[in-house]
Amino acid sequence: MRGRASLFIGGGLAGAFVILALLSFVWTPYPYAAMDIAAKFRPPGALHWLGTDQFGRDVAAQLMVGARTSIAVAIVAVGIGIAGGVPLGLWAAASRGTWVDEVIQRGGDLVFAFPSLVIAILITAVFGPSALNAILAIGIFNIPVFARVTRAGALSLWTLDYIRAARLAGKGRARISLEHILPNVANLLIVQGTIQFSLGILAEAGLSYVGLGAQPPTPSWGRMLADSQTLMGFAPGLAIFPGMAIVLTVLGLNLMGDGLRDLLDPRLRRRA
Amino acid sequence: MLRFVLLRLGSLGLSLVVASLVIFTVVQVIPGDPATFMMGLNATPEAVEALRKVLGLTGSLPWRYLHWVAGLLAGDLGTSYTYRVPVAGLVLERVQVSLPLTAYALVLSTALALPAGVLAAARRGRAADVTIMGVTQFGIAVPNFWFAMLLVLLFALRLHWLPAGGFPGWKAGLWPGLRALTLPAVALALPQAAILARVMRSALIDTLGQDFIRTARAKGLSQGQAVRRHAVRNALIPVLTILGLQFSFLLAGAIIIENVFYLPGLGRLIFQGITQRDLIVVQSVVMLLVAAVIVVNFTVEVAYALIDPRLRHPA
Repeated sequence: MRGRASLFIGGGLAGAFVILALLSFVWTPYPYAAMDIAAKFRPPGALHWLGTDQFGRDVAAQLMVGARTSIAVAIVAVGIGIAGGVPLGLWAAASRGTWVDEVIQRGGDLVFAFPSLVIAILITAVFGPSALNAILAIGIFNIPVFARVTRAGALSLWTLDYIRAARLAGKGRARISLEHILPNVANLLIVQGTIQFSLGILAEAGLSYVGLGAQPPTPSWGRMLADSQTLMGFAPGLAIFPGMAIVLTVLGLNLMGDGLRDLLDPRLRRRA
Repeated sequence: MLRFVLLRLGSLGLSLVVASLVIFTVVQVIPGDPATFMMGLNATPEAVEALRKVLGLTGSLPWRYLHWVAGLLAGDLGTSYTYRVPVAGLVLERVQVSLPLTAYALVLSTALALPAGVLAAARRGRAADVTIMGVTQFGIAVPNFWFAMLLVLLFALRLHWLPAGGFPGWKAGLWPGLRALTLPAVALALPQAAILARVMRSALIDTLGQDFIRTARAKGLSQGQAVRRHAVRNALIPVLTILGLQFSFLLAGAIIIENVFYLPGLGRLIFQGITQRDLIVVQSVVMLLVAAVIVVNFTVEVAYALIDPRLRHPA
């Protein structure tokens, strides 16, 4: 029951931001980049729901478009992690105990040992700050995460009778991995994907806060926060709303991940 | 045990070599020649070439890599292009801000998280547990730099209790220094404390289900005594491992937090290096941070294998 509740609340929160992001393609309360100096620093009100910034730009519109940036970066970074990590994890599990398994595992350990944010900062600093480089920097560190989860899930499956039956039927390791193992680790991947999605949103916010993420004029939550920092004294709303957006999205995704895990993993359901 | 330590030592060495290769490769790809950048538009090619020689930018890439690594091993981190002083000196100066900040945050986070986690586990399912878990859910979702901004807004701009940023230097005395580091340390510590409290709680709940706790209860200890005397100590093993990992999060987090508070630490040094094309500063300082993290993780792992023999033979 708790799993269902957190799935519902979390999914609702995260879903709301996805809908706002999608909606921003066709509609925002104002064009997000439209300046109106006469209307700068408006407090939240009927005209501008969340107020305006130092150039009179609508904060709500910027947040909606910013959601697009955050979500896109995080989704593609998770995609990179899955595309790179899942095959590696399947391969490692299928060749358990051989040098292939060993190399894949130690390689993962190696990446884990790196402070990811430091390397992400290095990568974006060297290749130029952009959303694309932020995606790459975050995505690379997702690969060993998914490889590890996939391997762990696959290892326990390889000992089961139906896999043995498939081997007796003459199927090769690659085919078994694809046809029987992958569908059965999908649950684990969905849960992990949700967690990495929320970490990706946090990482993107951090990178764009220090100016290494999406570049102007593309709005991003992290940079809105950076811009608001010097104005915080008399326009606190500018610092509060983008931060709230990040917290609510990440909170929603984390709750959703917890809920999904409770629902999809029967072993945990008993303990909860 | 010896085999375990040798194996870990081998992978420590390998990690450091790979890290140095990756960092060197990445940094050397930075477009833009620092010599041209420093000499300005009117420089003659001869002058630029002379400066390249001074900066050690001549020679093949493998040679430059070996030269850099040999220097690192001898404690020579190179010479900053912009400041014209040894990078090691800059690092020594900045470490006096970054290291106390990280340590301060680690102490705060532990002092908050362990009691909270123990309380939640002991009161599992009741109001205290639900409240603590709810707060930690928020703690995990809050980006530390935003939390830092909120702290500045409240404690510096509204209440004027603590400075909004900057660092007076330890020469000004211990108290002003600590005051300047308090808000940054709190901002760094809270999200980490949230994670740590959750780990503490689940480790303790696992331990409380073990037979030796039932034995302790059976011989007449109260639940509270059993938790204090037997459970907490055993639950600390996974917690301390996480604590080691948190060092790396705190160090990385400090890079961003230093920017929020304009603290002259290693993080600011890296960003200055990036904007001023001071390659050698970026390269050496990043390497130093990565090496610190790798070495700390190694130490934690070996220390725990010493304490807990079960960890020496990973299943």
